[in-house]
Amino acid sequence: MQTAPQVVRRTWPGWAGWLLVLVLFVTFWKLGRPLMPWAFDYPRGWEIPAASRTTKATKWLLNDATFGLFTFAEFTRFIADLIDIPYRIALSILSTGFLRGSGSAAVQLVPPASWLAAIIVGGLIGLHAGGRRLGLLVAACLGFVALFGQWQSAMVTLASIVVAVPMGVAGGMGLGILAYRVPLFERAIRPVLDLMQTIPVFAYLVPILILFGFGPTAAVVATLIYAMPPMTRVTHLALTRVPHELTDLGRMVGCNSRQMMWQVMVPSAKASLMVGVNQVIMLSLNMVIIASMIGAGGLGFDVLAALRRLDFGSGLEAGLAIVALAVVLDRVSQAYASRRPGTDPAPGANLVARHPYLTAATATLVLAMLGGLVLPGLQSYPEALEISTGTFGNRVVQWINVNYFDTLEAIKNTLLLNLLIPFKRFLLDLPWLGVVALLGYSGWRLGGVRLAVLAAVLAFLIAATGQWEKAMITLYLCGIATGIAMLIGVPIGILAAEHERLWGPVQVVIDTLQTLPSFVYLMPAVMLFRVGDFTALIAVVAYAVAPAVRYTVLGLKGVDPRLIEAGRAMGCTNRQVLTRIKLKLALPEILLGINQTVMFALSMLVITALVGTRDLGQEVYIALTKADPGRGLIAGLAVAFIAIIADRMIHAGARAARARLGLEATR
Amino acid sequence: MTSLPDAKLVCRDVWKVFGPHAVETLKRLGPNPASEDFTAAGLVPAVRAVNLSVRESEIFVIMGLSGSGKSTLVRCMSRLVQPTAGEILFSGEDLLRASEAEMTMIRRHKMGMVFQHFALLPHLSVLDNVAFPLQIQGMPRAEREARAAKMVALVGLDGREQAFPRQLSGGQQQRIGIARSLAVEPELWFLDEPFSALDPLIRREMQDEFIRLQSVLKKTIVFITHDFDEAIRLADRIAIMKDGEIVQQGTPEEIVLSPATDYVREFTRAVTKAKVLRVTGVMRPPSGVEPTGTIPSRATMAEAAPAFLDGAKVLRVVDEDGVTLGHLHRSDVVDILLGG
Ligand SMILES: Nc1ncnc2c1ncn2[C@@H]1O[C@H](COP(=O)(O)OP(=O)(O)O)[C@@H](O)[C@H]1O
Ligand SMILES: [Mg+2]
Repeated sequence: MQTAPQVVRRTWPGWAGWLLVLVLFVTFWKLGRPLMPWAFDYPRGWEIPAASRTTKATKWLLNDATFGLFTFAEFTRFIADLIDIPYRIALSILSTGFLRGSGSAAVQLVPPASWLAAIIVGGLIGLHAGGRRLGLLVAACLGFVALFGQWQSAMVTLASIVVAVPMGVAGGMGLGILAYRVPLFERAIRPVLDLMQTIPVFAYLVPILILFGFGPTAAVVATLIYAMPPMTRVTHLALTRVPHELTDLGRMVGCNSRQMMWQVMVPSAKASLMVGVNQVIMLSLNMVIIASMIGAGGLGFDVLAALRRLDFGSGLEAGLAIVALAVVLDRVSQAYASRRPGTDPAPGANLVARHPYLTAATATLVLAMLGGLVLPGLQSYPEALEISTGTFGNRVVQWINVNYFDTLEAIKNTLLLNLLIPFKRFLLDLPWLGVVALLGYSGWRLGGVRLAVLAAVLAFLIAATGQWEKAMITLYLCGIATGIAMLIGVPIGILAAEHERLWGPVQVVIDTLQTLPSFVYLMPAVMLFRVGDFTALIAVVAYAVAPAVRYTVLGLKGVDPRLIEAGRAMGCTNRQVLTRIKLKLALPEILLGINQTVMFALSMLVITALVGTRDLGQEVYIALTKADPGRGLIAGLAVAFIAIIADRMIHAGARAARARLGLEATR
Repeated sequence: MTSLPDAKLVCRDVWKVFGPHAVETLKRLGPNPASEDFTAAGLVPAVRAVNLSVRESEIFVIMGLSGSGKSTLVRCMSRLVQPTAGEILFSGEDLLRASEAEMTMIRRHKMGMVFQHFALLPHLSVLDNVAFPLQIQGMPRAEREARAAKMVALVGLDGREQAFPRQLSGGQQQRIGIARSLAVEPELWFLDEPFSALDPLIRREMQDEFIRLQSVLKKTIVFITHDFDEAIRLADRIAIMKDGEIVQQGTPEEIVLSPATDYVREFTRAVTKAKVLRVTGVMRPPSGVEPTGTIPSRATMAEAAPAFLDGAKVLRVVDEDGVTLGHLHRSDVVDILLGG
């Protein structure tokens, strides 16, 4: 065991160190202010002007930077064109049709795919990927979108997804392969990937906006940056996990490096790679609303507009349409991932018999197009058939407001006065220097010198860029939200894990909670509690409770059944089995659940800036509205730093817990 | 060990040490380093000072327990891993001097390997899997599929060409692995525990199949196993490995009759000698009593015993061409059978 020498070396108990450091910390906090005021409020004069420098650098990039042969601006324009062409094509097929001329003078040469044909083709794809049930599910989801009058917007959204996903997959895979081939590159890119995944999307919207201009192209770029890193990671992992025998085989038959990659490794890693593809799809859908802030249009725009109008009902409908698209793309891609070779029809026969699905799909599209000329209702979904529950949703919220206003107000004020405000004051009062030192010590105890340095340096950088106060507000909201989410999620998780019948419905609920665009949570919260920290808290908790439940269930279900049987044999009651065995052994998993909850809370916090919090998220959001790239990026980095510190600390803690449990088992 | 004139593959003082700075450390430690020296340097000596030579058309079995370095040794022979020290001569040419490009050509055309877990490509049909090495060489489709179909038939899987690996049983999958390794018509055939992942009954069947194939193909074979029974059943000669070293090598008879160390004796204890010893091992020069029958020289004692049941006292031992090699006496056979 690795920890054994430490145990031997330590001469006084582990908690003594913690106690000493805590005592020092409290003493410093209570008595240090007169002696070292600069340790409490970071002096302005010492601040690193990172934000203004970044802004200047972006301007320079845009105006003056050159690669010799071409300028940076030309380079971004090239990328924009690269994205724009496939996007135009996809949009023409799905939504606008092929046009000649532009603006109102445009003449439609070929109409877009008819809604009915699209639903049938979707059903065929589902059938091909996963059989009849999936085909029906796809058709039903698309039908739902049409029924609620979201068809047009949904097709605009789908067009950008259809472009972003293959690009994200190809780019991510390319980087992953490079990382696999060149270990140095892998080491260089890993921290970049970490940052890309933790930095809030808002933070890089502004630079993208400046570099690519407002519009769908910029939105696709933002989506790519957000959705590509997991693909790179998955590719690298999948390639390293290809069995050694297969690479040996490749070398024995004399593959060159290209043959090795494309004929041996990639095909054998296909199943894992498809997990990455699925991730890219889901993340691209996550980005739909945020991307609409820089011109993506479609469903995201509808949700955002509804949020601005505080029209909960129609926001929810557009949000559910996004969920429907997500379900379709998720299930279809997963079905293709688990589809094995050997289910294709035998080769031979003619073209039609060899590609029955392709033939049927083409026939459907052509027939529908011709039919659409006669029957316009076939071409675009007739408005008379649309239904809307929008007003119903709004009425429910209004009814609650009218009847329970006082109760809601009382709950809000109690929590604000007794929990939120005191905790916020407490955090804001702490000396930054003390917190940096405390983080350093915790890092050292949990994961050694490297973690200590990482935690302390990142925390210091937050202070040094003048963002300490806002970071503390972020921390306070995030901390309380995580706490409440765990308080709600863990008991539900325990119940669901203990009662198999409960788990099914709970799973459906948390799956929906996780795919529902985070913005949707904001609306009812705002309508009930108006803007402010409390509203933000409610939205964050609603969003972050899902991983708390999921990981608790995962941990409890993963406990070795033999240990439970052993416990029963020793005469433990059910309660004892739960508390003494299961919860203890599930601790590492539950810790990871906390980690995920923190990450979810942080990503949601940035969005809650829309309802007027005053944390780092607000800073990012202000920068977005002012188109100030430096300010947004630096605040975004600060959020990323908080996320990285929390992530590494909790992981180290989970690892330590696992090692301890392992020790207990062997003793 | 001197290399014999008909040696196809010779290993001279081959070392493979895993870990950082292995080459320098091995040089520094001198000719006879102790295991502790390696542990102290943080290295794993997987193959230590191996000398052996594999003759043309023989089945050379390397036997040892798991972790004894068999796979590493066979990977050194094909330079899938780079040996830390030593020489590997293939048809007299030192493989360690060959460039990577030359090595690729040698592997493509002169070597075949069968893997313990089959190493079949999941996305290819049986036929495409077998044709894969040929495809890599750039052989046109029609030609390579014809050759692959022949190989599939050779291992008795004709009719299953369009199936996919996951649709086949373990034994069938390994037949594909064998067919694939034979598709390039290799001079040197490596099999790394080819039957270890199979059920005992299937394993037996595959061993018979393997003997049948070799009687037709007459390849030079390096066969790895951890199963002593399998080793004596298949081998012309056996090398026994322990902790990276070869502790004894010789014919199955030599090893069973005179185990060099206690370690080897442990393996031989459970073996019925009569099933290992060939009649050539106990026959005497022709003299005296006139034999009443003949027995082929490849027969084991167990196979010879029934021939004495009709009261014969002496049998004539003949080779494939009918030449008399010696006389087999009933009393000697009885001694062996009873001594077991
Ligand atoms: N790539 C490697 N790096 C470090 N050690 C290795 C490596 N490959 C094998 N070894 C070690 O070398 C020893 C021999 O392994 P191997 O040749 O696979 O044995 P066998 O095939 O006889 O089971 C083992 O102790 C194994 O742990
Ligand atoms: Mg092995």
